[in-house]
Amino acid sequence: MTEVANPIEFTPERLAKVKDMIARYPEGKQKSALLPVLHVAQDQWGWLSSEVMDHVAEMLSIQPIEVYEVATFYTMFHLQPVGKHVIEYCRTGPCCLMGAESVYDHLQQKLGIKTGETTPDGLFSLKEVECLAACGWGPVFQIREKYYMNLTNEKVDSIIEELSQ
Amino acid sequence: MARKILLEHAHIAGIETFDTYRKNGGYEALEKAIKTMTPEAVVEEAKKSGVRGRGGAGFPMGMKWGFLAKPEGVPRYLVCNADESEPGTFKDHYLMKTIPHLLIEGMIISSFALGANKSFIYVRGELMYVIQILEKAIAEAKAKGFLGKNILGSGYDLELVVHPGGGAYICGEETALLESLEGKRGNPRNKPPFPAVKGLYQSPTVVNNVESIANMVWIINNGGEAYASIGIGRSTGTKLISASGHIRKPGVYEIELGLSVDEFMNSDEYCGGIREGHHLKALVAGGSSVPIIPARLVYKTANGEDRLMSYESLSDGGFATGTMLGSGGFIVFDETACIVRNTWNFSRFYHHESCGQCSPCREGTGWMEKVLHRLEHGHGHMRDIDLLVDVAKKIEGNTICPLGDAAAWPVASAIRHFRDEFEWHVTHPAEATKPGAVYMGEAVLI
Repeated sequence: MTEVANPIEFTPERLAKVKDMIARYPEGKQKSALLPVLHVAQDQWGWLSSEVMDHVAEMLSIQPIEVYEVATFYTMFHLQPVGKHVIEYCRTGPCCLMGAESVYDHLQQKLGIKTGETTPDGLFSLKEVECLAACGWGPVFQIREKYYMNLTNEKVDSIIEELSQ
Repeated sequence: MARKILLEHAHIAGIETFDTYRKNGGYEALEKAIKTMTPEAVVEEAKKSGVRGRGGAGFPMGMKWGFLAKPEGVPRYLVCNADESEPGTFKDHYLMKTIPHLLIEGMIISSFALGANKSFIYVRGELMYVIQILEKAIAEAKAKGFLGKNILGSGYDLELVVHPGGGAYICGEETALLESLEGKRGNPRNKPPFPAVKGLYQSPTVVNNVESIANMVWIINNGGEAYASIGIGRSTGTKLISASGHIRKPGVYEIELGLSVDEFMNSDEYCGGIREGHHLKALVAGGSSVPIIPARLVYKTANGEDRLMSYESLSDGGFATGTMLGSGGFIVFDETACIVRNTWNFSRFYHHESCGQCSPCREGTGWMEKVLHRLEHGHGHMRDIDLLVDVAKKIEGNTICPLGDAAAWPVASAIRHFRDEFEWHVTHPAEATKPGAVYMGEAVLI
């Protein structure tokens, strides 16, 4: 009988990154690395399950509740499974002045889902976010670290086509 | 062409790299500070410059540095607030991605002045690509001996850490930022003690905005007095303005403080005027949290003087007739903008971003959003308008941090200047809820 590796372990590359992050903070203040480590965890698993958060707590020598209360406070962390591409679109004033609402309506129609939902093929999730600090180039959405700016219906179509390949 | 202090080299290809930055005079200020000046002398130049905090509050930076406690054997920290999240504000985003070494150099100079050996740049987590740019710039500076152990043989050590946030506007408030940096929820702390006495890890800490810190490079190269000679009155130096909304040329501009709002709004060098075929309706001059002003108060103060891009002129007459320079988030509305819808939008933002620690903010922002939602969607009553004013008053000044004020001011000012538009939403619910329908009364078109 072969042993199954623990699925809640960082890959060697990410583990090295996590250790480097923890070492950046003063001795005994490793809890400071919580947000950076949660970003790495989300990058690996796509979302933060309680098992993943428990593992992060163990790595930082803190209580699991300390991780839960942080992960639930900050909006960037997904606490439920999400699609391969999470489209986070800015809904605030300046983007709306530039016609964001109609562009996002088009986006929802194009994907056939509403905010907070994932397409049946698991490819796209939609999430509303607050100001993305790109107001002069709105409407804008973000997929991971990439910003898509000055959006129009046509641009949205082409981005979705490209990511669907 | 206006004088540039921060963006002088922004147009140069490759300026994000160490070599190009260095070729264009980069790190000369650091060399000057570290080789020829004492930390106290650097602090003195900051004081002489009169530079004020560019994150929104506008508190004199040199004075803030002067408050830093210096107990023996206790580390001191400098934390750069790069958690830019205020709707309408994107200048730090632009500065960091375009000239990352300007911030790095400013951080090293400022850390040297404050006696900090470990400093942090807290960047909003959404800007992951900017974090990567900063990390690369730090690695370059370190490899060249401008950062790390024994910088330029001076015996001064500094470690610079880029820390990503997790998506919470409240972390732009300095004590919430420190809580977040310690790995906790971003709940603001009660003050006092102020961070200068008990900040990060209960040690003396200075928290400064990206733009404020970047200014130190020019200040050291040219002297605090030279900086103070730019600008107007107590609004010294230049300011980055993020311009968005219904203008021809949205973007980030560097202006000399004291420029007229008219010139900034209408000259080709800056915004290029209101978009073709439309007229100005209103302005938010300093990010979503500052009071909105109607067109008739945009170019002239209540006294009939030209309104200037300065801390004092924009706040002329208090909130009855003025606003604030704030973060420099300049949002322009033409006559197609619905003030009620925009106020609801901003209110929704503050409700979402309230950390929930203080009841007036936690409950009040929710009430305001709810009432504005029903006004915007054709279910409002006349009494709702005074109810909003009342709730805003009860939030303002009654919370631990300024987020309560930030939530209250847009609502109170919108009703103060555009009450007839709110009333129109009550009397014409079917029209008001049509997509793109806006009140076109005389009060809004100047």
